[in-house]
Amino acid sequence: MPPSADTAATGAPAPAAPDAGPGGSDGGLRLSSLTKRYANGFTAVHDLDLDVPRGSFIALLGPSGCGKTTTLRMVAGLEVPTSGRITLAGQDITDRRAHQRPVNTVFQNYALFPHLDIYENVAFGLRRRKVRDVESKVRAMLELVELDSQARKRPAQLSGGQQQRVALARALINEPEVLLLDEPLGALDLKLRRSMQIEIKRIQVEVGLTFMHVTHDQEEAMTMADTVAVMNGGVIEQLGAPAELYENPRSTFVANFLGQSNLIEGRVLSRSADVTTLDMHGITVSVPTARTHTDGDRGWIGIRPEKVLIGEEGADLDAPGNTVPGGVVSDVSFVGVSTQYLVRMPWGQELQVFSQNTGRTRMFTVGEKVELSWRPEYAFCLDINQDAAAGVDDGETR
Amino acid sequence: MTQAAQAVPETATLAAEPSGSRRRRGRTGYLLMLPATLWLLLFFVVPFYSLVATSLFDASGSDFRGYEMTYAWGNYVDVVEAYWQPFLRSLWYAALATGICLVLGYVLAYAIAFKAGRWKWLLLVLVIAPFFTSFLVRTLSWQLILSDEGFVVDALQFLRVLGPDDRLLATPVAVVAGLAYNFLPFMVLPLFASLDKIDPRLVEASSDLYAHPFVGFWKVTWPLSLPGVVSGTLLTFIPAAGDYINAEFLGSTNQRVIGNVIQGQFIDANNSPVAAALSVLLMVLIVAMVLVYVRRAGTEELL
Repeated sequence: MPPSADTAATGAPAPAAPDAGPGGSDGGLRLSSLTKRYANGFTAVHDLDLDVPRGSFIALLGPSGCGKTTTLRMVAGLEVPTSGRITLAGQDITDRRAHQRPVNTVFQNYALFPHLDIYENVAFGLRRRKVRDVESKVRAMLELVELDSQARKRPAQLSGGQQQRVALARALINEPEVLLLDEPLGALDLKLRRSMQIEIKRIQVEVGLTFMHVTHDQEEAMTMADTVAVMNGGVIEQLGAPAELYENPRSTFVANFLGQSNLIEGRVLSRSADVTTLDMHGITVSVPTARTHTDGDRGWIGIRPEKVLIGEEGADLDAPGNTVPGGVVSDVSFVGVSTQYLVRMPWGQELQVFSQNTGRTRMFTVGEKVELSWRPEYAFCLDINQDAAAGVDDGETR
Repeated sequence: MTQAAQAVPETATLAAEPSGSRRRRGRTGYLLMLPATLWLLLFFVVPFYSLVATSLFDASGSDFRGYEMTYAWGNYVDVVEAYWQPFLRSLWYAALATGICLVLGYVLAYAIAFKAGRWKWLLLVLVIAPFFTSFLVRTLSWQLILSDEGFVVDALQFLRVLGPDDRLLATPVAVVAGLAYNFLPFMVLPLFASLDKIDPRLVEASSDLYAHPFVGFWKVTWPLSLPGVVSGTLLTFIPAAGDYINAEFLGSTNQRVIGNVIQGQFIDANNSPVAAALSVLLMVLIVAMVLVYVRRAGTEELL
């Protein structure tokens, strides 16, 4: 039996509405102007506002030191904010201590009690709150995470993946208003991590609780969460559904940290309501105005490598749009599902191109002259004052 | 299933290991044990045999007339009848001192492990610092502190805690205080070692799981520190039960402990069989108590 009937009450887990505004909070979690400044003067979290609707799955994504874990610990009550408020289910919980908050955490490296067996680890929260029916609840929870046969073992006797599930069960059984996950999969190997991602997502849908997940792994964030908040330097750079963030990044950091991007300098020629036209090293290209995030007369024209089509010089391309001639293939790596090219452009920059191995096009070899093109609606345009390399080396799973 | 998968490579490496290197490693082990074994043989087994033998000599012998081995098991009955009071007093004082050390030591070790921050190692050095002066000198200075004209007695008399004629020196209070003082570091160090190993995230996890800090301490910190509690209490109780310096310098004839009796019998009364019987009895008693205690504490599960 799933421990909560929330799903039934609110319908399917609400897809997160990132721009829901102040009225959008339906008893979920809300952080307002949350700031954490340490005694040594370091500001870990700076004036952060965040609305997490009930039943949604949000991921705080960012490189280490971006303030994501500090944010999570402030919600858990393990860290005291310097200023700002935390509201949960309509109640201000900023001044409540950790044990008084209806919030539970799955800790990094799990923090299972080594002197208690699995059963007692899972029952810990129930016993503290003097909940009745501990036995049946623990049994049901252990069944949910498929550990019912391990109940009397000590944590040290379990494998990493099993310990991970115990940590999840120990937190979930309390039916918290918000479940906090602090890099819960970091210690697992890649294969197990992938299956646990799907497993956690399944459990979240099943129990219908609000999950807040902290990770530096962009794939993990996009796979699991329905809203991703990309954090950098103590602030949220961008918040939205994974596809939205990926397709329409608003800063070079998001463009590089979430996947990969080609960023090419361009000069704005004209702006209309629909289309912004730019001069890109002598070639005129267009970008939808809705995806143009700069007011200046220059900008970074961004395009994802898999959106770039590669073809023989002068050949008819099946993508009507921005066409860039004069490229020379400088590197080819065949990775099975796709081929990754580096193409040196006439202005000296190397662009990345991912080409699906559909069999319809032949592979190009190093030194061949090629032509690139992409549909204008896939391009985006960013502020030229931002560092084009921001966030490039911060992601860990590339 | 994951466990089984893990177990396989382990056994595989064990089997693959050439048996010759394992035999050589075994021989090295014995060689390394040799010095300590010889040492124990020479300075523990031989004297212990001699002690047990002495305890069975005819008690009417003396250094002048010589002793006769008569398997005088009666010696043991005699010493229990004659000296059961100092025996009990020893155990009682040692237990009190151990209790006081546990309370003071736990608070101190907890503070050093969790709250001291960068002062941690300095504080630990301070705990050990008293060892830089002699045990005797430190105990003798307690005589000055607790003396009838000392500031402690003055202050307590002023506060009417002590009557005008009451004193501290030559009372059980002085002896137990001296024991607690002298053996406190033996309690603090193992407690610190245990507490310092506890992952602070476990305490965070307990408060995250609705445990009030006091409950969290009782359910998480305390059980995880039990190995330190057990070794600390043993390291304090065992030497405290055999100690006679504190009773000698800080107590009177009314606070004589078994150590004083043994010393008196060996050196002053020149009655080696009685002293030896008392020594063996004390040793057996303490070993028995320690065994029961360790069994009850059940700490092997924690380690």
